[in-house]
Amino acid sequence: MEEVNNLFGGFAVALTLPNILYMLIGITLGVLIGVLPGLGGANGIAILLPLTFSMDPTSAIIMLSCIYWGALFGGAITSILFNIPGEPWSVATTFDGYPMAQQGKAAQALTAAFTSSFIGAFFAVALITFLAPVLAKFALNFGPAEYFAVQLLTFCSFVGMSKEPPTKVIVAMMLGFALAAVGMDTVTGQLRMTYGFPVLLKGFDFLIAVIGLFGIGEILLTMEEGLAFKGKSAKLNPKVVWETWKTLPQYWLTFLRSTAIGCWMGITPGGATPASFMSYGIAQRMSKEPESFGKGQIEGVLAPETAAHAAGTSALLPMLTLGIPGSPTAAVLLGGLMIWGLQPGPMLFVEHKDFVWGLIASMYLGNIVGLLVVLTTVPYWAAFLRIPFSVIAPVIVVICAIGAYTVHSAMFDVVMMLVFGVVGYLFKKLKYPMAPLVLALVLGDMAEASFRQSMLLSQGDVSIFWSNKLVGAISSLAMLMLIWPLLGSMKSLVSRKAT
Amino acid sequence: MTTPNHPDGSDREDSPVTLTRGPELIVGLIIMGLAALVISDSMRVGTGWGDEGPQAGYFPFYVGLILLASSGLIVLRTLLTWGAAKAVFATREELVPVFQMLVPMVIYVVAMVYLGIYLPSALLIGYFMRRHGGFAWPLTLGVSIGVPLVFFLVFEKWFLVPLPKGPIENLLGF
Repeated sequence: MEEVNNLFGGFAVALTLPNILYMLIGITLGVLIGVLPGLGGANGIAILLPLTFSMDPTSAIIMLSCIYWGALFGGAITSILFNIPGEPWSVATTFDGYPMAQQGKAAQALTAAFTSSFIGAFFAVALITFLAPVLAKFALNFGPAEYFAVQLLTFCSFVGMSKEPPTKVIVAMMLGFALAAVGMDTVTGQLRMTYGFPVLLKGFDFLIAVIGLFGIGEILLTMEEGLAFKGKSAKLNPKVVWETWKTLPQYWLTFLRSTAIGCWMGITPGGATPASFMSYGIAQRMSKEPESFGKGQIEGVLAPETAAHAAGTSALLPMLTLGIPGSPTAAVLLGGLMIWGLQPGPMLFVEHKDFVWGLIASMYLGNIVGLLVVLTTVPYWAAFLRIPFSVIAPVIVVICAIGAYTVHSAMFDVVMMLVFGVVGYLFKKLKYPMAPLVLALVLGDMAEASFRQSMLLSQGDVSIFWSNKLVGAISSLAMLMLIWPLLGSMKSLVSRKAT
Repeated sequence: MTTPNHPDGSDREDSPVTLTRGPELIVGLIIMGLAALVISDSMRVGTGWGDEGPQAGYFPFYVGLILLASSGLIVLRTLLTWGAAKAVFATREELVPVFQMLVPMVIYVVAMVYLGIYLPSALLIGYFMRRHGGFAWPLTLGVSIGVPLVFFLVFEKWFLVPLPKGPIENLLGF
């Protein structure tokens, strides 16, 4: 039980007074980010990243990941009380959460949401605890071909699993790769696609893209919807929490199913949002009374929240072990690790044991702290939403601008943030997915490097990606994912002919 | 950008709407243009096999090709279904507030280049509170000056992260 020993070592790292303080700060900031429109887990962390540059890496990542947990918790508050999903992954929570609030059961809905978030995350962290070291050990033997195959699988999974049209997924992804290639080529030192503009020498930073796409883009979308906050107020007293907790064990199967969906979607880059929808859909289909869904069925809150939190958490597994993030937020955390000089991947588990296990231990603690914080402070967060949007919107724009500027202390980045904001708005409206763009921008250099190294090994022969069983299996799976949408449309064509 | 009041021919609704096909085509064409830039520059640095292995344009060249092909497909599909397209991008009532946000934001960023971050931030918040929130002057002034002040204290004093400053801050001796 080496993992358990390591984990206890991790608790010793995480359980220091400053780290617990950072956890509290992180959770509080995270809930705030989750509650406010236009600020989400990914861009919230991107904006706060520069503030942590001077901190100890372990403390910094603990605070940043706690912001993430906080944002996951916070999304549920606005969904249930205001019918406004603070985060995309809490859209499914509004289906039954808001009706419950309208029926005067806001406290029950909130308790159910927070508790199921906690359960989803807890299982996912347990999965990370035991699976991550195994996966990392396994990945130690990876060569460039294996790495590229895994990256290929990540990107092909986007094509196979997104609900957006495949052509648009590919466009978004390739745009990310193209943007990543701008600047100096790391191998030959040649300048690429700078077209004589010195500001492009550094290339495009994905943090700027995240702040623009998710922050400014979201503000523009919110403007379009013309927000009028009309919410229910809620007060959580210990009695309601206790009463609700007593009813929860009967839904153990829902929890189990939703956790499984969440973990699967988190590790493969499906992400929290599709996981929550899928989990809601399956809970409804499996239910004895499916017609009660959408009218305030508590299971309709439990299922998406469990899955979203499980997915959000398990997205960190491939990030830590392979250096391949499963979600934009995991990508931002990965960016943070690289800034502190920690290269995510299997070697991290060997060289920075303290750090890895401190982080994993902090995931357990952070979620416990998070649950306590949200259960005790809900009324105050709801008050935040009563601030009119005419105040919140410009303040968020200012926060985004500060965040974009502080990444490299460059005005050009603020301009780019605005450009990415408009792109984010248009992409959202035209149903281009943004996650593949961000991930391609993050992984672009790494994917290119492993591809070129593989090509160098094989002297330009692509059959290297099928040169042994392991790499062949991964590459074949990637190809299957790539043609998955085609298979789907062929199937529907056949079934249409049959009927 | 398409103008919201553009008469799109086929629709005769009370509220003018922008159909999805217009922005779809424009975005598709822009991406095709970007793909062309990627391909041409990759060809400049070399897409083949050099002395020490793949040249600098080897990887981006294929990225550009795939980008061109997939955006080309989107443009083609948009053009082929042009007459039948009914999907609505946004109504005028929806687009107006978007521009009410976008235009001040562009001015804000341009102003930031010359004036630093604090003054434009105060003006942006103040403008929104007066124009869209209808707040009284005292509250507007309080929030629009207070928020940048808090950011100043948090970033410059607490975390020691310098933010862009302009002539006003220079006058005050920062």
